[in-house]
Amino acid sequence: MAEIKEAIKENSMVIQKDMLAGLFKELSTAQETGKKVVYTFVPGNLTELILSFDMLPVYPEINALQSGMRKKSAAYIREAEKIGFSEDVCTYVKCDIGMMLTGNIGPTGEKLPPPDLLLLSYTGCFTFLKWFENLEKLYPGVPVAMLHTPYQEDGKITSDQIEYMVKQLKDDVIPKMEKVSGKKFDMKRLSKMMENSAKAEDLLVKVLESAKHKPSPIDAYFAGVYYIGPIFTAFRGTEAAVNYYTELYNEVQERIRLGLGPITPEGELKEEKFRLVVEGPPNWTNFREFWKIFYDMGAVIVASSYTKVGGVYDLGFRHDPDEPLESLAKYCMGCYTNMNLPQRVNLLADYVKEYQADGFLINSIKSCNSFSAGQLMIMREIEQRAQVPVGFIESDLVDPRYFSYANIKNRLESYFQMLGQRKVIMAQEATI
Amino acid sequence: MRSLDEILSYTKDLAFDLNFKEAKKWKAENKGRVLVGYLPIYFPREIVHAMDGLGVGIMGAGDRKQIIKGDAYYQSYICHLPRGIMEMALDPNLEDFDGFIFPAICDCVRNLSGMFKLIKKGKFQRYFDYPQNFDAFIGGEFYRQELYKIIEDIKKINGANLTDQKLNIAITLYNKNRRMIEEIYNIRQQYPWRLSAVETYHIVRAGLSTTVENHNHILEEVLVHINEERGEPMDNIRVVISGSFCEQPPIGLIKSIEMAGCYIVDDDFILGSRWFESDVDENTEDPLGALVEAFLTKSTFASCVSDLGNPKGKRLVELVKRRNADGVIFSAASFCDPALLDRPELQKECEAAGIPHINFQYHENTGQFKVIKEQAGTFSDSIKLWA
Ligand code: SF4
Ligand code: SF4
Repeated sequence: MAEIKEAIKENSMVIQKDMLAGLFKELSTAQETGKKVVYTFVPGNLTELILSFDMLPVYPEINALQSGMRKKSAAYIREAEKIGFSEDVCTYVKCDIGMMLTGNIGPTGEKLPPPDLLLLSYTGCFTFLKWFENLEKLYPGVPVAMLHTPYQEDGKITSDQIEYMVKQLKDDVIPKMEKVSGKKFDMKRLSKMMENSAKAEDLLVKVLESAKHKPSPIDAYFAGVYYIGPIFTAFRGTEAAVNYYTELYNEVQERIRLGLGPITPEGELKEEKFRLVVEGPPNWTNFREFWKIFYDMGAVIVASSYTKVGGVYDLGFRHDPDEPLESLAKYCMGCYTNMNLPQRVNLLADYVKEYQADGFLINSIKSCNSFSAGQLMIMREIEQRAQVPVGFIESDLVDPRYFSYANIKNRLESYFQMLGQRKVIMAQEATI
Repeated sequence: MRSLDEILSYTKDLAFDLNFKEAKKWKAENKGRVLVGYLPIYFPREIVHAMDGLGVGIMGAGDRKQIIKGDAYYQSYICHLPRGIMEMALDPNLEDFDGFIFPAICDCVRNLSGMFKLIKKGKFQRYFDYPQNFDAFIGGEFYRQELYKIIEDIKKINGANLTDQKLNIAITLYNKNRRMIEEIYNIRQQYPWRLSAVETYHIVRAGLSTTVENHNHILEEVLVHINEERGEPMDNIRVVISGSFCEQPPIGLIKSIEMAGCYIVDDDFILGSRWFESDVDENTEDPLGALVEAFLTKSTFASCVSDLGNPKGKRLVELVKRRNADGVIFSAASFCDPALLDRPELQKECEAAGIPHINFQYHENTGQFKVIKEQAGTFSDSIKLWA
């Protein structure tokens, strides 16, 4: 096993840590302060809407991944399996349910409040539906608001789909939020928040696209999920989020100016040897070890699909203050896992080209059908279209039983070796 | 009228003809006919019928086809169904099909629709979203739009116009079909020995690859036969099978359960053919609306439809009671998230209602049933012992 050193942190990382800690603190005292709590999901989240009612969001996937990072997920998964959940199913669900069964202690060690509303914004993954059907039984009597997001089956968002979603928002989601929060829906407030969302979205895109520089100043996968993305989900629509992304953007600009590579837990990456596009979620149980394999080999992830589950803003979408509900609908439908396979292939092939990647790698997650089903076809398509070497590794999100360090390391080493040889050959050919 | 043995032999072949010869022959008989393949669970075949087409159920390759190419598209931790269907798509099995429908059952089927798009299989490949909102003006309108897309897809191929009259005829035919299938289940509930579960399975599944008119004829004949005594009652327990709605269990598994002493008095094997709990309204001025309304208000419980406000567990318990069953066998395909994520809650409801249950997992091409047979045998014995 790799030796893990104390992580080195940038200012933005410290800010994000404080912001998240603040949210969890607020959550832990929600019952005393009377703040209402909404459980919901990251893809297709309605953060602005929730915040516009002064309610607090809880994202079970984030709890699950945090549990994975804190080595708690194995025990939680066992708890869920004890009550009949199969070994085969999504481990986020099992981790979350196991956490609830054992006292609902959140990532910061504080107890999470039970939900006042279960907001099932069901986007891009069928398992969400099952997940909340289970939560509904675990929290009997808690109202459930369902927001069914139609799939981008035809590779586009149609007006009748938007209408369907807006109607659901108006007729079901918003009235339930009004009832739970005891507040009237305030369209102006929502619209104002969306101005902030759009600002943060602009900044986020600039940060992610900074990886087009050589060397890339960021790692768009590991850092992307570690400190670039999370704030976006929980705080979108707030000024704090705009400030955070302004800080992050400035940091990244400074790195570009100085010609620095991405920051890793062990400091700066000194030499960028390989640029990769990665498809699929990361492994959380061994996140640092997993990342280390990459930065030890000088590999930087310049673009990834997992950072787009909460929205593919680089394709141009922005929350729109002029049509808040319609833009919530468009946002939900635009998330990565709600895109059809040809769209995903196009997006990834474009990433390889635009970010001048040397290779394309898939981390296939054993228990995530939403990502994994079809990945081998994506791989073939990218290999053909982008003409770069493709790699394939397997792990799991939060079930440590399916993370084999030696196996993954071996595979990656061979892959990097292949990339290295290809670079030599290409350099030779260029000189002929 | 054919003898029951003749019918059984015919439906056995038809149910597992992975080349869909009969459907293809039907198409060849007339220019303008279309074949539309659909995957589990439910799809309103009435629409295809009314547009001079045949909706053909594609339930996977089962244990009837060696999977070589399909395996190259799927990791080992993905259920078996899509790899079998990919194999069929890459082989000549699905030639002559004009389009494919992928109902919204799970992410595997959803992504498979994209794979069909990428390999350009058929003239259209449509993911068919079920509404998860059951208000007529919200989910109903959405569902209607989903149906229009398919109508347009077919129209582009054969130029057919959907008329109310034709759709009403189709609705009447499929209502009759569902009623007769239900009647078979009702007779089997009382006299399960008259038609084995495997025979029933073949008869119902055969309806996925032939015209509804022909299938209705088969069902009529079967009903005449099983209204008379046949076979010998055995000292078996009566079970409901739950969780096999998509990837189908191999026939050997169904047989093993029965041989182990369990009459299967209800199941969710070919659930799409038994989708509505009562008839779709016939002869209305808005037959498309009748199909929409039926989906919103008459659907059976299923993993692909949100059960908020009407939990599946309660409905399963009701079914067990209605069928006078002794227990439930939860039998799900390995790696089937929808079935396996539903299971704990369904089990809990069974326990609360004092209904014994066991569970196991399978692949559509599982070849060994010894363990399952032993498990089912022990289950049967224990119920008999404590009854
Ligand atoms: S299946 Fe995948 S996308 Fe769906 S909830 Fe689980 S981890 Fe998330
Ligand atoms: S068997 Fe289950 S997981 Fe597999 S395609 Fe069918 S519903 Fe999806």
